[in-house]
Amino acid sequence: MLEAINVPLASLNVMTLAPMLIAIVGALTILVVDLFKSNLDKTIYVMVSLLFLVLDLGSLIDWSDIISTNGTVLGFFDVMTMDGIAVLGQIIVVVASMLFIPLALSSKRFHEFAYPEFFALFLFMIAGFQFMVASDNMILIFVGLETSSLALYTLIALHNRSKSFEAAVKYFTMGALAAGFYAFGAMALYAATGSVEISQMGEVLAASGFDNIAYVLVGTVFLLAAFGFKLSLVPFHTWTPDVYEGASASLAGYMSIVPKIAGFVVAMRLFEMLINSGLVWLEAILYATVVITMTAANIWALVQTDVKRMLAYSSVSHAGFIMAAILIGTTQANSALFFYWFLFTFTNLGSFTMLWISRQKVLVAGQSSDHPYEKFSGMIKTMPIAATIMALFMLSLAGIPPLGLFWGKLYILSAAVNAGFPVLALIMALNSAIAAYYYLKLIVYMFMKEPTEASYNYGGNASIPLKTIIGIASVGTIFAILVANPVLETITSFVSASGY
Amino acid sequence: MFDHILSILIFFPALAAMLGFAVSRKSFRAYGLTVTAVEFVLSLGLWYGYDNTAAGMQFLENAPIISAFGISYSLGIDGISMFIVILSTFFTMLGIASLTETRRIKELVITLLFLEMTMVGVFSALDAILFYVFWELSLVPMLYIIGAWGGPKRIYASIKFFLYTFTGSLVMLVGMLFMAYFYHQATGVWSFAILEWYRLILPESFQIWLFLAFFIGFAIKVPMFPFHTWLPYAHGQAPTIGSVILAAILLKMGTYAFVRFSLPLFPDASAFFMIPIAIIAIIMIIYTAMVAYAQEDIKQVIAYSSISHMGVIILGTFALNVEGISGSIFLMLGHGVVAGALFLLVGVIYDRRHTKMMDQFGGIAHVMPRYALIFGIMMMASVGMPLTINFVGEFLSLLGFYQQSHMLTLLAGTGIIVGAIYMLAAYKKIFFGDVTKEENKSLKDLNKTEYLGLIPLAIIAIWLGVYPKPVLDPINNSVESLVTLMHEKAISEDAKSVIADPREVKVYKIAPAVHHTAHHGAHSEAH
Repeated sequence: MLEAINVPLASLNVMTLAPMLIAIVGALTILVVDLFKSNLDKTIYVMVSLLFLVLDLGSLIDWSDIISTNGTVLGFFDVMTMDGIAVLGQIIVVVASMLFIPLALSSKRFHEFAYPEFFALFLFMIAGFQFMVASDNMILIFVGLETSSLALYTLIALHNRSKSFEAAVKYFTMGALAAGFYAFGAMALYAATGSVEISQMGEVLAASGFDNIAYVLVGTVFLLAAFGFKLSLVPFHTWTPDVYEGASASLAGYMSIVPKIAGFVVAMRLFEMLINSGLVWLEAILYATVVITMTAANIWALVQTDVKRMLAYSSVSHAGFIMAAILIGTTQANSALFFYWFLFTFTNLGSFTMLWISRQKVLVAGQSSDHPYEKFSGMIKTMPIAATIMALFMLSLAGIPPLGLFWGKLYILSAAVNAGFPVLALIMALNSAIAAYYYLKLIVYMFMKEPTEASYNYGGNASIPLKTIIGIASVGTIFAILVANPVLETITSFVSASGY
Repeated sequence: MFDHILSILIFFPALAAMLGFAVSRKSFRAYGLTVTAVEFVLSLGLWYGYDNTAAGMQFLENAPIISAFGISYSLGIDGISMFIVILSTFFTMLGIASLTETRRIKELVITLLFLEMTMVGVFSALDAILFYVFWELSLVPMLYIIGAWGGPKRIYASIKFFLYTFTGSLVMLVGMLFMAYFYHQATGVWSFAILEWYRLILPESFQIWLFLAFFIGFAIKVPMFPFHTWLPYAHGQAPTIGSVILAAILLKMGTYAFVRFSLPLFPDASAFFMIPIAIIAIIMIIYTAMVAYAQEDIKQVIAYSSISHMGVIILGTFALNVEGISGSIFLMLGHGVVAGALFLLVGVIYDRRHTKMMDQFGGIAHVMPRYALIFGIMMMASVGMPLTINFVGEFLSLLGFYQQSHMLTLLAGTGIIVGAIYMLAAYKKIFFGDVTKEENKSLKDLNKTEYLGLIPLAIIAIWLGVYPKPVLDPINNSVESLVTLMHEKAISEDAKSVIADPREVKVYKIAPAVHHTAHHGAHSEAH
């Protein structure tokens, strides 16, 4: 006969689940509303999602207060870990989602936004990401990862184009492989340490002096591969350009930001634990991954003919850049990661939205893809303001001061310098120079060439909400310098409070 | 009233550019001219308010931007930077005054106004990151000017210009971050303030690495010899206004940065690299002079002659004594005036004939005598004839370096003679002889707009050649304190002996050569 387990409710700390539960309740609400009255307009779903995300953000702000006074809070049988980086990660996830969800309100009608399920899945996906970042437990991380990924595959496929199906299936296949790698890697680490909690794994490994090195090696390599897929690190990036091309620009922009920050937070927990244990070869593997990801992606991006594919490779390269922060592993580097991603959110939101407003339903003759460079040629003459804004986003991505991403780059380079990685800093700097070329290429098309037939198709999908989002993104990009100091201070205090 | 004059100088053109979007295209040239004239008068106010007797930074402004990381908005100028700021505002004004471009003039003028902001910003920034911000930002308007209004290969030229400089400056950025790191190590505080950095004495090995990192950024901008290939392209493809600003101001950013960063931050490394850099400078002087001689295109001749002159500036800077550095700064101004004027002059003939090939001309002096006269004055100034502006700078630069190495100075002097050869040859090909081409017979001489740009330049070229004192004095004062700082900071005995203390040796060294320094002697004794 089993003994009765008596768990006082207070010890569960159910509040740790509040942010995710809000998102889940939001998703269920949308489904319930649909149950009572179908064929509602997409605007209601967008606004309901937005409202629940506001609540979600509100609860996270509460949590940030709790954490700054009480430190890390564990909950739900210690499966949930609400610490500084969990809250930061969730805030970025939720804020980015709030900025992306209004992109559904485009002036052209797209069939996926007519389904309430799209928005329900969207909110479930957010809850999945939130679980991922707010846990120390390999199993819950896995659950969150899979919840969000499965929702994301479906969202891509809903776009209802043959390329979108291809993209979804490709992403699904790769994602399934990554899930397998993850499970296998986690199993190996479990075998070596007898725990699924990352912090306990670290303790056991350190105590045992790494005598199970073979297990650790297998576990680390498989986990690195799994995260390589999720974070699109070379050589596991091959799905990225195709999936970005197949997905709608709004979703592609979303994919370039939110899943990755969730992945980075988990990677930070995991690899910091391993690097702090002093594994030299792990540092070498990560070093190689970072350098190869940055450089190779940059070189591939140079030869792209489609802006969306170029941005896909650019986001791979940015992921490599940011992975360097995890390799460096100091508090400054980890703060730089969040700082960079915060700024990157605005810039990338802007550039993908600029693609989204130019979405055509029908390609003109001779147009090979949705967003070839030619589409933007001579834009300064046909749509000067749009061209200037797009150029701002490109310059920010290239890291031209004083635009947003420059400060992120500056801080992460400084972290590399301070932690004794001068060569890495130099490689990162030179990679920024390579990257400048392909961002400039778009500027050259927009500002220095004559308009063509295709370039008059620009802006057909624009609407007031989309323009508002672009406005927010450009303000965030141009005036980043004004908020940089408080943001940086907050991020640093959160990161150092949670011990990273 | 002068408390925030530097901020006003920086942001006035930018604000005007933004408001300019609302100004009608038809009257845009007048708008641009008004704004830049106001800006120029404001910058003269800077000179008026400047205390000539003080050597340190003046008009200081300071406000934190990212205090968590020690980045601040701090501005200030001394004798070294003040005149380059004035030169920037002056040339932007002249450039717009003599603008003959008709295509999309509104965009062009707005771009120029933004460019003016970045130029003034670079020369008045006293925070390394702020400096870097303006330094990088200046690339964007120039990219657009070359790429949108340039010649047939403009896109290649503009991208090459951008990528070259961008790559170099990223290496420099890493150097700056290291500098901040060392400062943090020493003091426990994050700071990018240049004046704070001046107080830091680094071990020699660090100095050498950091010197190299900064050197790559600056050398590409100057451009120094192996990195100079972007410049002829940029000049060849840029429209007249682009070439004028590029030659007159943007190149000076590199040489100015050497004086502002490399010398005072890394005195030992500067002494260590003095001879190698001098050799590069002499290669620049002689090699590019020879290349210039072989050019068919008159704009290329002037482009290569610019590189050659930049060589003399570098040589003067790395003389590491007061005469050399003052001379090099004066030569920056002189070269700005002269090269800017020459590019304007080329623009004049290009507007009439739509060619820059020298064999298309000949005997122009018969049809355009006034043009030939002004061209002649500027050409003489360019080869450094006494009583013209470049003579003062070249002479002082060479005088300065003569104290370090006689042999190398002799070589550099030879290079300057080659400079005279190609300029005179070019002048002869264009202006003398018979008018062989039918099209050239009906060319009109200079018109009012062109006079507006050229006459002030001709006056300055002669005025400062005859009487350089009002400009040279403040420069000398600030350079003296700079060299003193370097001497004090130098660690090794070698470096200390190379960087002579200006307070000790001054009287016996310069008194016979340049009479005005007697004034300084008296001044410092008074202290």
